[in-house]
Amino acid sequence: MSDITKQSLSELVENIKGKKLSSSEVTKAFVERSEKSKELNAYITEDYVNALNKAKKFDEKPNLDLKLPGIPMAVKDLFCTKDLRTTAGSKILNNFVPTYESTVTQNIWNEGAILIGKLNCDEFAMGSSNETSFFGNVQNPIDKNLVPGGSSGGSSSAVAAQLTPITIGTDTGGSIRQPASFTGTVGLKPTYGSCSRYGIVAFASSLDQAGPMAQNVKDCALLQEIISTYDEKDSTSIDFKRNVYSKELTKDIKGKKIGIPKEYRVDGMPKEIEDLWKKGIEYAKDCGAEIIDISLPHTNYALPTYYIVAPAEASSNLARYDGVKYGFRAEGENLIDMYEKTRSEGFGAEVQRRIMIGTYVLSSGYYDAYYLKAQKVRKLIKNDFDDAYKKVDAILTPSTPSSAFKIGEKTNDPVSMYLNDIFTVPVNLAGLPGISIPAGHDAKGYPLGLQIIGKAFDEQNILNIAYAMEEKIDFKNNITDWWIK
Amino acid sequence: MSIDLKTIKHISKLSRISVDEKKAEKLAGDLNSIFDFIEKLNELKTDNVEPLTSVAETTLKLRSDEVKSKNLRDQVIKNSPKENEDYFVVPKVIE
Repeated sequence: MSDITKQSLSELVENIKGKKLSSSEVTKAFVERSEKSKELNAYITEDYVNALNKAKKFDEKPNLDLKLPGIPMAVKDLFCTKDLRTTAGSKILNNFVPTYESTVTQNIWNEGAILIGKLNCDEFAMGSSNETSFFGNVQNPIDKNLVPGGSSGGSSSAVAAQLTPITIGTDTGGSIRQPASFTGTVGLKPTYGSCSRYGIVAFASSLDQAGPMAQNVKDCALLQEIISTYDEKDSTSIDFKRNVYSKELTKDIKGKKIGIPKEYRVDGMPKEIEDLWKKGIEYAKDCGAEIIDISLPHTNYALPTYYIVAPAEASSNLARYDGVKYGFRAEGENLIDMYEKTRSEGFGAEVQRRIMIGTYVLSSGYYDAYYLKAQKVRKLIKNDFDDAYKKVDAILTPSTPSSAFKIGEKTNDPVSMYLNDIFTVPVNLAGLPGISIPAGHDAKGYPLGLQIIGKAFDEQNILNIAYAMEEKIDFKNNITDWWIK
Repeated sequence: MSIDLKTIKHISKLSRISVDEKKAEKLAGDLNSIFDFIEKLNELKTDNVEPLTSVAETTLKLRSDEVKSKNLRDQVIKNSPKENEDYFVVPKVIE
């Protein structure tokens, strides 16, 4: 079957369960396509030989009751995988081989999936274009020299290019939803506390969440129900009643109240984005939803708040990289010199910049003016959402203020790069779930996404709205395989 | 506000990241443009606002005080860049 990699996750699962395809056939197809797609640079570490062996083993004694029976899957290289190098896109972890497995990936393997490799990402997930990775740029399969978004850029590229049927990313300020939007794929950032952070390389612990990235909403719902579990190894994991998201998925969203926040109409937003949003509103109405204008008055303060909170937490989390316990070490004349050289040579420019910002805002004399202030504004941003959710069930916005941009276009101006996350960051600050679905194309033919934001723990509702709208939108990704010679 | 080279040197020391003159100048430029952007927060009055420290509105769960993983020494030391039997090795600290 030459078209194996064109099948959705749900189709592959069905075909394996119906014994029309074996795990070996499916795994081989994705491995072969991945091998032909090196130019995308989506992988940091490949594990093809092991994957094919595991598939063979699976086929010898297939357990077809599992939810992902013998399904090959590549994952973002921010998840620790036992005995397979995990770099977080950084030189400082270039040789790090975890001796333990992240809870989220363990949940996936427990359902029968097979790891085929680790996907490229911005260094320590700090970036919006995958250009800060020590392992180089990732190409967006949509067009040559186009960024795939970030930080989960290898993940979005790999799903859109069908190198893996589905994947997982992490989202601290938009790192799942923005790359999904840039590549015409679906990406869900769950509620904070839904997916365990155990074994995920930490960036900003009060914001980080893992989530699924998929070709369609149904696949996304299936993976979410697998990865979201209560985990006592993560003290912020929340023990709430989780839905069986794929089973409970419905297109019936009649009477759902969907809010349109006027503050998301930002200055200088391209008309294409405005038009996409209007179209989205029409689609939602067609599905029977009721549209309600709402206000999230502190939206404009979300990015400045984020650029205090996230670097502050990062500077603290990344203090562990000292060249002593694991990872890269540069030799120095004494202990302090060794620390300083290790961190200077081991971290890239963006990571150093954020550590410096974080250290500064937490330093003596500045803590109240910056960090405490940001925590207070974060409260105001969360209050905005709490107020809005007294009137509506979900909120509809664009995912990003533009379509994908060219590699190198924004690397010299950190602030213009940060502006990419203007619609996604407030969701992380408030700890809410948000999903990006592909909803149209711009004049260049590049995909554009719409974001649906839910109440905390209400993933089922936003998945349902996304599922209903997906059918109306009927989006088709226009990928020509230009990178395959 | 303006972050000068002296401040950059101070932060680099606190961050344990060595910076030379050229890198310090680049960082000063970047940080100044980022902090100009952050200054926007001062438009807001927040005197009576409670800071949000965690979005997860739950109290920490208690667990029984049991050892669940043991004999991890080899695993802990496995990735160290330099080791000597059971220890991490660092440059000499005490003269």
